[in-house]
Amino acid sequence: MHLTQGTFSYLPPLTDEEIRAQVQYALDRGWSVAIEYTDDPHPRNVYWSLWGLPMFDVTDAAAVMMELEQCRKANPNLYIRISAYDRSKGRQTTALSFIVNRPAHEPGFHLERTDFADRQIRYTVRSYAANRPIGMRYRDDG
Amino acid sequence: MADNVSMLDTETKHTEGLDAIAQEMLARLDKELVGLKPVKTRIREIASLLVIDRLRREHGLVAESPSLHMCFTGNPGTGKTTVALRMAEILHRLGYSRKGHLVTATRDDLVGQYVGHTAPKTKEVLKRAMGGVLFIDEAYYLYRPENERDYGQEAIEILLQVMENNRDDLVVILAGYKDRMERFFQGNPGMKSRITHHIDFPDYTVDELMEIAKLMLANQHYRLSPAAEQALRLYIERRMAQPNFANARSIRNALERARLRHASRLLASGKRPLTKDDLMTIEPEEILASRVMRDDNDGMLQQAS
Repeated sequence: MHLTQGTFSYLPPLTDEEIRAQVQYALDRGWSVAIEYTDDPHPRNVYWSLWGLPMFDVTDAAAVMMELEQCRKANPNLYIRISAYDRSKGRQTTALSFIVNRPAHEPGFHLERTDFADRQIRYTVRSYAANRPIGMRYRDDG
Repeated sequence: MADNVSMLDTETKHTEGLDAIAQEMLARLDKELVGLKPVKTRIREIASLLVIDRLRREHGLVAESPSLHMCFTGNPGTGKTTVALRMAEILHRLGYSRKGHLVTATRDDLVGQYVGHTAPKTKEVLKRAMGGVLFIDEAYYLYRPENERDYGQEAIEILLQVMENNRDDLVVILAGYKDRMERFFQGNPGMKSRITHHIDFPDYTVDELMEIAKLMLANQHYRLSPAAEQALRLYIERRMAQPNFANARSIRNALERARLRHASRLLASGKRPLTKDDLMTIEPEEILASRVMRDDNDGMLQQAS
């Protein structure tokens, strides 16, 4: 299952050239770019780990690409995303966020239906990968 | 044949624009920087290389993009930082560097205080400099052979790696005194081999320093009276013989002090109203009052006035 989240979720995965162009776009607008990674693919997971600090003083996308390369080397089999924060007054929010790296094998989600009163159903989405403890997910041994 | 030429013309139009930019930048450099013959020659060569490189690429002649890491050696006040700033601008205008900003760093900015502190610090600076020029002043302080656990070596290694891998993304310029730079390179042969351009900044002659002084004054709308010009020449000659002479920087400081004396002389003179001429003209008193001229400045004053 191909996980889609963020700004370009409707597009096929971006190439490095396209990632670089997007990052440069963000930097040109004065947004600070950060690299984050996680092994929990749940769409409501907002606690991604930061790779280093957000890059506040950077003006050229090459610097971000260099960090991304290192993050990929360290976490080849995790989800990595790039997010750009717009600090301008009145906005102060993440302006751009897209996935730039994903595990080789994405097992997908289990949808659990729970019956309760009056034949209503509540849904729970659970990632198969999240059945394993943190640090054991998306490892080559399974 | 004629057809060939015209085809070449349209193809090279863009590059000719580039050539015009290069000529304009070099002309400005010539006008605004006094002396520095070898430096200007090398900059001219680099600019030509970049223009030709672009032209070659338009014709499909691929070559590795040139390595432009540089080392500026010279005594203090010979214009290393100024030229680095200009270099960043030239490289930007010629399309070699994307942003053309200059990030200045010294050992403090690159080397950390404890284990694991250096790499993030160095990378931080490198990332800031990407797309522009990283100017490392007094680079030899990075390397301290007497302390084998010094973190400077770590910074050098990261620097080398980025200089090699991100050649298109940033230009590194190292600067410092010539002899200490030589020793630095002896201890880091890898660094020496990755720097293609070693540019030596010669000391200025008295005439060049005079020219610099006049340029500095003109920029601030001052001028020297003919007698003051003579006095300044004498001052420069004496100052050059003294220790800690920092070329153009010493001249700038001397002129700052002259401005101070000029102002107090005008106020003390009681002459009112002060004409524009009074406000602009530096007289010999201002220069001769310097500590450098002290031993016989009475005689000189009479002679000059």
